[in-house]
This record gives sequence, structure tokens and C-alpha cells, in this order.
Amino acid sequence: MLQVLKAGCERDGRLLFEDLSFTLAPGELLQVVGGNGSGKSTLLRVLLGLYTDCHGDIEWAVDKAPLYLGHRLGIKQSLTVIENLRWFGVLREEPVKEFRIDEAVYKLGLAGFEDTLCAYLSEGQRKRVALGQFLIMDNPCWVMDEPFSAIDADGLSFLMAMLQEHLDSNGGIIISTHQSITIDRPINTLALQ
Amino acid sequence: MNLFFASVQRDLLVHFRHPSEVLNPLVFFIVVISLFPLGIGPEPGQLKEIAPGIVWVAALLATLMSMDSMFRSDFEDGSLEQVVLSEQSTFTFVLAKFVSHWLLSGLPLVLLMPLAALLLFLDEAGVWALTLSLLLVSPTLSLLGGIGAALTVGLPRGGLLVTILVMPLYMPVLVFATAMVHAAEAGSDTIGYVYWLLAILFGSLCLAPIATAAALNLATDQ
Repeated sequence: MLQVLKAGCERDGRLLFEDLSFTLAPGELLQVVGGNGSGKSTLLRVLLGLYTDCHGDIEWAVDKAPLYLGHRLGIKQSLTVIENLRWFGVLREEPVKEFRIDEAVYKLGLAGFEDTLCAYLSEGQRKRVALGQFLIMDNPCWVMDEPFSAIDADGLSFLMAMLQEHLDSNGGIIISTHQSITIDRPINTLALQ
Repeated sequence: MNLFFASVQRDLLVHFRHPSEVLNPLVFFIVVISLFPLGIGPEPGQLKEIAPGIVWVAALLATLMSMDSMFRSDFEDGSLEQVVLSEQSTFTFVLAKFVSHWLLSGLPLVLLMPLAALLLFLDEAGVWALTLSLLLVSPTLSLLGGIGAALTVGLPRGGLLVTILVMPLYMPVLVFATAMVHAAEAGSDTIGYVYWLLAILFGSLCLAPIATAAALNLATDQ
């Protein structure tokens, strides 16, 4: 679903990566690893076309734009959990069914917080709301930048199950994280210096 | 279309829950206007003479106050990059932003105008001309200001920069609008000014959303 050929990026006079070629096929998970400041987030943004000061060929073969969880979560503080989830659906032009939103809220352990403003949620809970976008829509490719930070142990095992399920249904995932991913699927690793 | 209405609704909801951003410019507007009779003296003739200028300058400054926050929270919380990422056009989102900004800052100013005019002893013709001119101009102010707001959204403290960028664009509107009120007070025909203000409005309606959408795409490109 994604083919990258000789991608390179320089930022503030520093070479982040050069001659990077890889592919992502349906049912595959690509883990991007590397130290702080090694360009993991930048690579993800380059792949999505959010950062364009780069070179190389990046070709997506997907029918719907990938879903993205970034450092900025895309969550409005003065909207409730449900309203934020609905907004994700509006953006992607998906007629999101209310029962899927309710289901996502329940699965993410946010039951009882449906009508709470996100300003009153903890960091981890806000992250869970942002992760909700992956549950309410069926986009084939997920791009996640540090999805595990601020998430507790329960949430972590749920997230792993979520990744596993998406891969089983032939989805593709690109993840940048320091955490080891525990799913029974081969994991492709891309290390940035 | 869905994005347009959902976005307007979302903005209204957000500002309804946290009204301070909307109320501050309006309070500022009234405070500035009510200071003039105190500073210059409650001489109706003198106040009436300078009233259009005072009201207009106060309205411009109040609009500029609300300008900086137009895209800032969406940029900071990541909503903006989600909009850019989704396959929907940034253009629709920008149009919705303009509509909600006008509903929240332009329209309340228009509604406050008769009160402001009373404070400055304007006669009936003057009040009507002033309100009409603001009604015609306030969407233009939102549109032109949006360009400045979008260009400076990535900067940590863009407030003053927006003013410097946008003020020159506001000059022609200010000139025509005050001239229109003076003409109305003198009892002469104002239709020419109305045409001019409408022309500027439609001109900016055609160009400002394109420029703003381009500036927002640039701002998220980092």
C-alpha cells in the first residue's frame, strides 16, 4: 500500500535520513525506531505529505487517506469526548454510525466520560480519545507517532490487540515508538540513526 | 458541505462554552467608544463630527483583537493538520472559519453599533449609515484579517504582526466607510459608497479564502 524510493530529508542543516527505500504491504507493521531527534516524527510527516521539504518518491496505493495520530492529538479541549470523535468522522467524510462511537468509547475505557469536556481529562485519556479515530473508521492504513506514551498497562494490552486485529484484517500500520510491540506477527523494523 | 456546517457548528459550540474570546473585543469596543465623550467633553456637535471616525477605528481594533485567535487553537491542538491530511479541501474549512468568525465578531459589532452611535450623539441618518456600512464591511474585515491570521499562526506571538500585515489592507475600507457616514449625515447620496464597499467585499471573498488556505497549508508544513 506504500512504496518509498530513495527518500531523503534534511532539516535545519542536519541530515535526518538519506536513500531510504522500503515498502509496506497489507497486513504488515513497520516500526520506526531511533533515538530522540533522529527524525522519526519527521519521517512519518514526510510519508503523509505533511512535511514537503524532502526528496524521493513516496507512493501510496490506498483508497482512503491514512489515519494519523501525531504529537498534536487533534483533540479540542472544549469539546466532549463524543463530539471530538464525531469530528474525526466528519473530517474523513465517513458516515460514522453512533453505535461505533459508543463502542469505541467503551473499548477505550472512557465509559462514563462521554460528555466530559476533554479539558478535564488526563493526558492518557486524551490520547485514548485520539486513538478512537482508528476504531470508528475503516481506513486501511494507520500512521501512529508514539501511540503508547502516557498509556497505562491495561491500555497497552488493548492497543496491542487493536493493532493485531487491524493487521489480521489486512490493514497496514506504521508506528514510531521505543516500546517493544508484542503481537504475533512479524514486525519490520526501520532504524534511523 | 458536511464539513462546512459541522465546522461552523463546532466553532460556535467552542466559543459558546468559552465566551471570553468573543466578549473581550466587544467590551473593548464599548469601552473605547465610551471614553471619548469623557476625554473630549460631552459637546454633541463636536462628538457628532468625529463619531464615524471613532466608531470605525474602534471597530477595526476590536476586529484585530479577535483575529489572532482565528486559527491558533486549531493549529496548536492539531486539528488543522488533521484537516490538511483528510482528503477534504482546506478551502471549505477556511470558508467555514470565516463564517463563524463573522458570526462571532462581526455580527455582534453590527448589533452594538446603534448603541455606540447613541453614545456619540449621531442623528438617525448617521446611525443607519454607520450600521449599514459596518454590515457591509465586517465580512471584509474577517476575510482580509484571516490572511494575516493564517500567515502568522505558526509564530509564537503573532498578534502584533497580524496588525502590521492587515492594517494596510483595511485602509480603503476605512476611507470609504467613514466617507459614507459623513455623506449620509450631510444628506447626500450614499449609494456610490455602498457599491464600492460591496465591490471590495466580493473581491476579498474571491481571493482571501484561497490565500488563507494556502497559508494554512504552509503553516502545517513543518
